[in-house]
Amino acid sequence: MEARDPPLKARSLPLFSAVISVIVLLGLGAALSSQPAPPPSLTMLTKDGRRSMTIALVGDQEFVALDDLASTFGLAVQESLGAITVSYKGRTIVLTPDQSLASVSGRLISLPAPLSRNGRRWLVPVEFISRALGPIYDARLELRKPSHLLLIGDVRVPRIMVRYDALSASSARLTVDATPAANSTVTQDNQRLTIKFDVDALDLPNPPLAPQGAQSLVQDVRALDQTSLSVDLGPRFAGFRSATQPVDTTMRLTIDVLSAQPTETTPSTPAAPQPPSPPELPPAFGMPVSPIRTIAIDAGHGGDDEGARGAQGTKEKDLTLAVARRAKGIIEARLGIRVLLTRDDDRNVPLDERTAIANNNKADLFLSLHVNASLRKSATGASIFYAAFDRGSPPAEAPGGVERLPTFGGGLRDIELVPWDLAQTRHVDQSTAFANVLREQLGNRVPLAPRAVDSAALRVLESANMPAVLIELGYLTNGDQEKLLAGDGFQTNFVQALYDAVVRFRDALAAGGTQ
Amino acid sequence: MGRRWLVVGAIALVAGVLVWLMFIALPRRYGATAAKAVSAAPANAPAPPAGRKIKARLFYVAEDGTRLTGVEREIAYGEGTVAQANEIVAAQIAPVAEPLVSAVPPGTTLRALFISDRGDAYVDFSRDMIAAHPGGSTTELLTVYTIVNALTENLPAVHAVQLLVDGKEVDTIAGHVDLRRPLEKNLTWIQ
Repeated sequence: MEARDPPLKARSLPLFSAVISVIVLLGLGAALSSQPAPPPSLTMLTKDGRRSMTIALVGDQEFVALDDLASTFGLAVQESLGAITVSYKGRTIVLTPDQSLASVSGRLISLPAPLSRNGRRWLVPVEFISRALGPIYDARLELRKPSHLLLIGDVRVPRIMVRYDALSASSARLTVDATPAANSTVTQDNQRLTIKFDVDALDLPNPPLAPQGAQSLVQDVRALDQTSLSVDLGPRFAGFRSATQPVDTTMRLTIDVLSAQPTETTPSTPAAPQPPSPPELPPAFGMPVSPIRTIAIDAGHGGDDEGARGAQGTKEKDLTLAVARRAKGIIEARLGIRVLLTRDDDRNVPLDERTAIANNNKADLFLSLHVNASLRKSATGASIFYAAFDRGSPPAEAPGGVERLPTFGGGLRDIELVPWDLAQTRHVDQSTAFANVLREQLGNRVPLAPRAVDSAALRVLESANMPAVLIELGYLTNGDQEKLLAGDGFQTNFVQALYDAVVRFRDALAAGGTQ
Repeated sequence: MGRRWLVVGAIALVAGVLVWLMFIALPRRYGATAAKAVSAAPANAPAPPAGRKIKARLFYVAEDGTRLTGVEREIAYGEGTVAQANEIVAAQIAPVAEPLVSAVPPGTTLRALFISDRGDAYVDFSRDMIAAHPGGSTTELLTVYTIVNALTENLPAVHAVQLLVDGKEVDTIAGHVDLRRPLEKNLTWIQ
């Protein structure tokens, strides 16, 4: 009894620590989820970052100070003859104290409450921003009152809705809706899935998902940073499969989560363990391991190496990175294949390092993305290269021989030695097969060069110890192609063709052939 | 008995004369001219008659921009393989007028050229080869095989060509084509 109920003095320190911890956690949670705890503030999101503005509560109505708005948006405020005039680039809003009507460039709009005075400061209802300031301001202003967000300009901040459904004792589905539609990638790190959205910020409910029970396959969904969600998985988690599907203006991400064994509560658990096969899940779950588990995508050039450049200023390094990111998003989300990018920002990565990333991570496919240039403006179309080795190169078969070497923990092991520069020699046939599959898939969707598949002594392919191709998306030196390549339609088509080629190549490998 | 010795002596004498002729007298006479011929090869030899030309096949970017096209041109005659290789490269990298388009970046100059005993030509270009290159795998391939094919196609003694820049080996010109070893003639890049 004494142990359970210590005297008040002895309890005060742990109690104090607990209170502080809760406050810190609440503060941290609020900062991460961009859902400020009361007293609320309005979070303003722009391309350059975020700022907050204090919200004052008068009754149930939320107000912001007019001088805060003036300094943030560059407004001039003048008070004369009992009216307040707010000017912005020659356009005016006229407000009258005690009236909930305002004149915006001569047109009347209504506000949920009249102006309010707090000492020397004038307060206006938060709706003033969207209803009065929005129509006269240069950039788009979108007020999301429930989440206390104000989007300024062209920022992508989708609303996220998360739903969790237990499909059976051994499987569950997590549905994540992003509106307006936004692409996302799902990656696994032990008992956690990370959903990264290709956006500027997320508009999340707080919490994104109500806490689940200890036996639940998904235990928690929380904001990891401004653009990512973390899905904490329960101890029974064994695998997942994700898919995305556009639904009107929403992008729906579905993650099916599967447990290793049916739980004890399953009524008809057979004595002998059987692989679970819930009818709701795609049949591939119980199938043998895919022959393609990791793909390395190499965004050509980067940093001070801009690569080719179009007349309109489009840079090869930017295009390759944009397409690589898109491809990663779609392949990871739809196929559950791990996709590594040799660079995910604007930096120069040495050619050997690019291949090393693929080799060291045991990638099953290496795709190097580039954009072509020609001295003839007429040159057009995508082309695919696989590696070629001159006859003068050492033979492809067992170029380095086999050596018996001691292993960690005792014993000997045969280690096949392959010279770095010739690693690709053993994969040229499969690289050729992939190049042909990709040509078929690209054929109807993007313009192809007259000879779409070629082989050449390309440096970045020679050291790849897996099937590898270099893809030139088109010609930046052709004005029409430059416009096309930078466009959303081309990139979507290209990535879809790449995705289809990966699926076909994977299926061909699984069936025991690549032709 | 005496006659037999006489016959043996005569045979020995004839054999001796033959040996002298084959191994000493004749090599001296003809070796001297051969040596003269070899020493005449280097560039400091008397220049060939001014204006002497030979026909060579040079390569330029084809209409579609994705291949090379061969053009027969008259270029200066060079005495010996190295001198002729110099002339071929000089003609190949010289500026050309429309409708011809060269895949070698403008301003590129030839710094040095040498040929190994194995028939590998090493051609050293100025930095412009990299600095003025427009990029792209296809154009880089065309640049490289302009030089490789110009030498291997016109000079049977050259089997492969390695491009150097500023006196050094380079990985690539524009980030694509492996230039770390000599490349053989490749006619797939020619229309």
